[in-house]
Amino acid sequence: MSAAFSPELIGKIEALAGRYPVKAASLLPVLHLVQSERGHVSAEDERAVAGLLGMPPVKVREVMTFYTMFRRIPVGRYHIQVCTNLSCALAGGDSLAAHLETKLGVKLGGTTADGKFTLTGVECLGACETAPCLMINFDYYGNLDAARIDDLLGSLT
Amino acid sequence: MTKAPQVLTEFFWLEQLPRIEAYVARGGYEALKKALAQMKPDEVHDEVRKAGLRGRGGAGFPAGVKWGFIPKGTDKPKYLCVNADEGEPGTFKDRSILSHDPHLLIEGIVLTSYAVGIHAAYVYIRGEYEMIARRLEGAIDEARRAGFLGRNIFGSGFDLEIVVHRGAGAYVCGEETALLESLEGKRGNPRLKPPFPAAVGLFQCPTVINNVETLANVPFIIRNGAPWFLDLGVPKDGGTRIFGVSGAVAKPGLYELPSGTSLREIIFTHAGGIKDGRKLKAVIPGGMSSPILRADEIDVHMDVDSVAAAGSMLGSGGIIVIADGTPILQVLRKVAAFYAHESCGQCTPCRLGTSWIHKTVERMAAGRGQAGDVDALLRLAANIQGRTLCPLGDAAAMPVAAIARKFRTELESGLDRAGVRP
Ligand SMILES: Cc1cc2nc3c(=O)[nH]c(=O)nc-3n(C[C@H](O)[C@H](O)[C@H](O)COP(=O)(O)O)c2cc1C
Ligand code: SF4
Ligand code: FES
Repeated sequence: MSAAFSPELIGKIEALAGRYPVKAASLLPVLHLVQSERGHVSAEDERAVAGLLGMPPVKVREVMTFYTMFRRIPVGRYHIQVCTNLSCALAGGDSLAAHLETKLGVKLGGTTADGKFTLTGVECLGACETAPCLMINFDYYGNLDAARIDDLLGSLT
Repeated sequence: MTKAPQVLTEFFWLEQLPRIEAYVARGGYEALKKALAQMKPDEVHDEVRKAGLRGRGGAGFPAGVKWGFIPKGTDKPKYLCVNADEGEPGTFKDRSILSHDPHLLIEGIVLTSYAVGIHAAYVYIRGEYEMIARRLEGAIDEARRAGFLGRNIFGSGFDLEIVVHRGAGAYVCGEETALLESLEGKRGNPRLKPPFPAAVGLFQCPTVINNVETLANVPFIIRNGAPWFLDLGVPKDGGTRIFGVSGAVAKPGLYELPSGTSLREIIFTHAGGIKDGRKLKAVIPGGMSSPILRADEIDVHMDVDSVAAAGSMLGSGGIIVIADGTPILQVLRKVAAFYAHESCGQCTPCRLGTSWIHKTVERMAAGRGQAGDVDALLRLAANIQGRTLCPLGDAAAMPVAAIARKFRTELESGLDRAGVRP
């Protein structure tokens, strides 16, 4: 069960909606906002958003399931998104992903038992000059190898 | 080699660059002042048309011609959508403009909006660029405070607001009509064309859609004139290009060079040649969707028409270099997996075709390839191409077909199948 939206959050949502000639156009920014405040977007959150933007809840669900960045279930405190696309693969990206799987003891898509890390494989992150690369939450890290990954993971508390 | 002219990227190294003071100090917003004070909107438009500015987002369509499709004298609002989705694998140039020089983009947006009579612009930026989106919003605030945005810019009576809108992870949203759907708060399913966005676009209103790098060129064209811009490039494709070079080169990175620079020169002179003394095997010249070139096909000029004549596409200018020793099947697997994942599923040839291609390639990679697989791939690709609602179908079919045709022997020999990880 997630708590109801705070008046502050509702205020921010209404401000976002006001930036567009049609309220519904703010749906993606609003979902980003809700997700950044609550970690994920629950079914109740979806309904609350639908109510505020004046659209049927199914429209929110459709959008939630279309875009890979929206999460309907919680992720770890650190969400590691490792690029598995071509330029990174040419620089050893796949073995990096494999190293992360071994190190964290989860497969791509999994979350560690302590809820600290979620590991996801993603398409090109638009940072191919620093291949192989990954993102942790919204920070980019590039030119990685197994040793640098180990250092990086060690630095996260 | 003569020193390459740097236009867009000249000041990228300056620490303070993203700040408005630094931008203004080096002549930023001068083009805008000049245009608003001395030029009619049509004159701005004409200058861009004469400059031969081709779209930097993928299709290479002339920007001035596109703006001309906006109906004159309509009473509907008109919109500008800036395509900052940058999802094409191998592409990372727009990120550099957005993060190093956001005011350059803002000035380009204001000039374009002035030329076309637009009062609201939306920057659709890929969701992962969250930090950059925030910085861009900061730059927009700076510009508004300085009077370069908002109401009655420099007392000219011209108004413009810019809204930054983050996507949420869907490659297809870089396609212009999917982008419009996404901006309206819906799934990114491409629209049937016609009607084209110039007539019926965002919120059913006339809409211009341009790439970040395309718009970043506009201030220079207005400041220095169309002939100057044309001189930098080739006759039908003026200016420079920010080429992104990645993969097996000694110096991966961005290289701003004149349109029409040879691919060989970009790879061997600028990007330092192939890494670790290996030999060149193949190049994907313009983002993953562009058909692959063999090592003996790289004496091609990197402008829109020359690359097309060589059977590929300049696309986004994202050059992916593949060295000897990399199994072509490894490349094919990445290509096949990507499009199977990113197809929106609206049309059957694309949805099923990309998924069958992916399955076939994975079976080949698992060592269970069969005689006839390469022909099957070619057939599957041919059944997608030209039969889909949006160009993602072609973007999936073309690179698969090119790899299958050009590397048939290697794919059929079964060599390298075990070693798909270098
Ligand atoms: C599947 C697909 C993805 C695309 N992705 C992008 C993109 O990320 N950025 C971009 O500028 N153009 C992208 N395009 C091209 C756009 O549809 C459109 O042509 C472009 O934004 C127009 O701007 P330009 O004329 O300035 O290049 C994509 C096209 C397709 C078919
Ligand atoms: S071609 Fe593919 S991505 Fe484009 S509309 Fe059809 S199914 Fe969707
Ligand atoms: S391929 Fe990994 S960031 Fe582009």
